[in-house]
Amino acid sequence: MSTNTGAVAISAEHVVKRFTLRKTRELKELAVWLLTKRRGVGTESFLASNDVSFEVREGETLALLGFNGSGKSTMLKMISGVLTPDSGRIRTKGRLAGLIEVGAGFHHDLTGRENVYLNGAILGMSEKEIDEKFESIIDFAEIGEFIDTEVKFYSSGMYLRLAFAVAVHTDPDIFLIDEILAVGDEPFQRKCIARIKQFSEMGKTLIVVSHDLDLVSRICDRGIVLQRGVKTFDGQIDEAVSWLRGQA
Amino acid sequence: MANAVLTDFDPSGQGRGLFGVFRHRYLLQLLVRKELKVRYRRSVLGLLWSYVKPAVQFAVYFVAIGMFLGLNETMDNFAVYLFSGIIVMNFFTEAVRNATRSIIDNAALIKKIYLPRELFPVASVYVSAVHFLPQVVVLCVAMPFFGWRWDPTGILMVFIGFVLLLVLSIGLGLLFGALNVIFRDAENFVDLINMVITWSAPVLYTAVLVRDTLGETAFAFYQANPLVVIVELFHRGFWAPTVSHGVELAGQPLAQWLSITAATCIAVFVVGQLVFTKVSKRFAQEL
Repeated sequence: MSTNTGAVAISAEHVVKRFTLRKTRELKELAVWLLTKRRGVGTESFLASNDVSFEVREGETLALLGFNGSGKSTMLKMISGVLTPDSGRIRTKGRLAGLIEVGAGFHHDLTGRENVYLNGAILGMSEKEIDEKFESIIDFAEIGEFIDTEVKFYSSGMYLRLAFAVAVHTDPDIFLIDEILAVGDEPFQRKCIARIKQFSEMGKTLIVVSHDLDLVSRICDRGIVLQRGVKTFDGQIDEAVSWLRGQA
Repeated sequence: MANAVLTDFDPSGQGRGLFGVFRHRYLLQLLVRKELKVRYRRSVLGLLWSYVKPAVQFAVYFVAIGMFLGLNETMDNFAVYLFSGIIVMNFFTEAVRNATRSIIDNAALIKKIYLPRELFPVASVYVSAVHFLPQVVVLCVAMPFFGWRWDPTGILMVFIGFVLLLVLSIGLGLLFGALNVIFRDAENFVDLINMVITWSAPVLYTAVLVRDTLGETAFAFYQANPLVVIVELFHRGFWAPTVSHGVELAGQPLAQWLSITAATCIAVFVVGQLVFTKVSKRFAQEL
């Protein structure tokens, strides 16, 4: 249902991000750093994003593709605001939510119920919104009576299902999705994918990062290929996938 | 065409400082609740620990300083004097220590989801306030037994003192919380400050002793420490009205020292917020 004529939802302009590999910060190194007039020490760095520009329109479903270290997760984190570009800028319109490592906001010593509220609030929901969606979240997660048990006693599947359930019940305009589909067993995965497709039918903007090329070509319409921080392809998802496969 | 709609765009990851915290106050509440729950999990006494610890601390100081060193003899209601100072210092040291650690402790979250990062230091200070207020209640309940007389000025002083204490603690919490991400030395530095600061304010002794020992000039420097004036504001509110004769506190003339203290607290706060804003752009990659 994607139309490429909608208004711009995300705009990235000449985004540059350079990571400096970790410098040690002991007194010894600091002294060297000062004595050598701030040259030499710890200047090893790499470009995770090298002058990348693109626009995403409302309702578009975009996949960021690339091999390991191509900078796609970095791009997703810059869109979400977790990382800040060194130069260039990224702007977004509307509410944004990330399914980036679901469960990041969970705390082991809280019960499922408390975690639903905490994580819901972290993802930007109000108390009223969470109240209203609570039943639906529990149903989606298939947690049942364990909701008042501390999540450290959950199986890893239950844990991820609950975290994912909260995330898909936020109601953002833009969804950022990073390798989520390692979640749960196959039936649950199918349910998640169905849910994500539903989002795109509702006209939400989706940005997906995944190595599962077959999956992204089912979900997304458009693909951007990143290689060592450079945008090397931008177009139809099928073409993007075959382009990337040609590079392997 | 695209440019026509760019007006309501948000630049990614650009916080609004503490205003962002205000917009997320429901989340702040939940973070505070989580912190308290996690801290006292599987604990029989739970939140009662926040009474037990200051009570024991108070008892130790009262015996050592009040009885052995004789302040209980030479001062009226030394117990009230001591306790009203201790609660200020406890609030300050706890708030700053936990705020300093707060960014690192929440690294998992900060690296993955964008939130106004100020939430975490502010939540730490909030938790300290949750521990602090019951102690104030204990003090208020006890004071009538020490001959406390109704004194609106004193109450106002305590209120001003607490506001200044909050501003100072949040400012230092933001500053050291951010610095701790780059230099883990900040934690140890804060522990050191906390150790020194306990003795640098007139909690276990009176400010008059400082003036008599060091002279007027050094005393002025001594009073430049905002905690000295804040502690004295609490003494003014809680202790002075229980004493029948006039008392001599640091921070006089009040208007002058109150302005200096307020200016210092606000300056610390502004510096803290500026440093935090600057460093927070690097949190996700440094943690």
